[in-house]
Amino acid sequence: MTSAFQGALDAVTRVRGVRGAMVVSRDDGLVVADTLMEGVRGNAVAALTASLFQRVAATGATAGAGEARFVQMQADDGILLALAASDEVLVVAITDANVNVGLVRLELLRAGEAVR
Amino acid sequence: MTDSIRAMSQEFARDPDSLVFLRLGEALRVKGELEAASSVALAGLERYPDLPEGRDLYARVLVDMGHLTEARQVWEGVVEMEPRHVGAHKGLGFLFYSEGNIDAALDHLEIAISADPTDESAIQALRLVRAAAADAEDDASEVADEPAGVFAGFEGTESMLLVDGQGRPLGGGIRIGSEDRSEHVAAYLTGVAQEAERAARILELGHWQWIMAEGGDANLHLTQPTPGTRLLVMRDRSIPTGRLAFQAARANAAAREWLDGQPQA
Repeated sequence: MTSAFQGALDAVTRVRGVRGAMVVSRDDGLVVADTLMEGVRGNAVAALTASLFQRVAATGATAGAGEARFVQMQADDGILLALAASDEVLVVAITDANVNVGLVRLELLRAGEAVR
Repeated sequence: MTDSIRAMSQEFARDPDSLVFLRLGEALRVKGELEAASSVALAGLERYPDLPEGRDLYARVLVDMGHLTEARQVWEGVVEMEPRHVGAHKGLGFLFYSEGNIDAALDHLEIAISADPTDESAIQALRLVRAAAADAEDDASEVADEPAGVFAGFEGTESMLLVDGQGRPLGGGIRIGSEDRSEHVAAYLTGVAQEAERAARILELGHWQWIMAEGGDANLHLTQPTPGTRLLVMRDRSIPTGRLAFQAARANAAAREWLDGQPQA
């Protein structure tokens, strides 16, 4: 199963500008599988992205937006992206600020399919 | 004595170091056995004098006993130890509201909600205090009317919400049918912004600029028109996210202009 995750994550990280991709437990923000460039702090990315996703999901549910599927945080020097692959896991990517987000999102969706 | 209180009493007697005194004291307080609740709280605090939850329990017991001044001192001590302690801020909010000090009550309840946006009792209390504040001031309508102008000329203003740094709505609103969800959403937005700031700082991503989320029924876009304020724009899923970002940018500019024109507090 983990190797299936790994293959899906490899496809995400092949997109130019992607620094790392991982499968993350939604409840506790722990890394299930990852593919990271050197220097990327996978545990921190996983924990912080899962926490952010939870908060955004709660906001969306309160606002009547329904169940959160995808969250993107744009920052000066990078982007965090998280896709809800199932009730248990997120597929997460950290990228450069000028990445082709549409392409990364597409690969995250594919990875999400593989993870389900 | 209920079975659960008896069981907790036995556990506390068997192990005086147990934190079960927190649940036991609260159960006794709720049951109205205030002397017993006070004894349990003080016994626990002998073991754990700096435990904020223990002091919070004792303060609640003191309130029920009518010792409001002492309760306030205890809660103020909790806030000194833990500045965002939800229970202490809720308690202080209640005490100030009881004294008629609406502004101070609002301050404490807003801190409580920003620390835990899911605390329903704090949300209800804040709603009550805000209603009281509106009733008390004939000119409160000025506060309600002014924000309506923030998004003048925009479509879908019932799905656009501008909030300040403490989670208070400034303009627009979020409604589900006839239900106004603005205060709930405003409180949650504060938590989202804090989490985004934390993530950006720890991961060395610079400042966060915006957050976009796709939901099952609608998409969200969150920006910061000025430092400390947040703007949420929500649109049906039929609106592409790129167009949502464009609309959010326009709303952001309008909000910034409106905020710039407001007198400083």
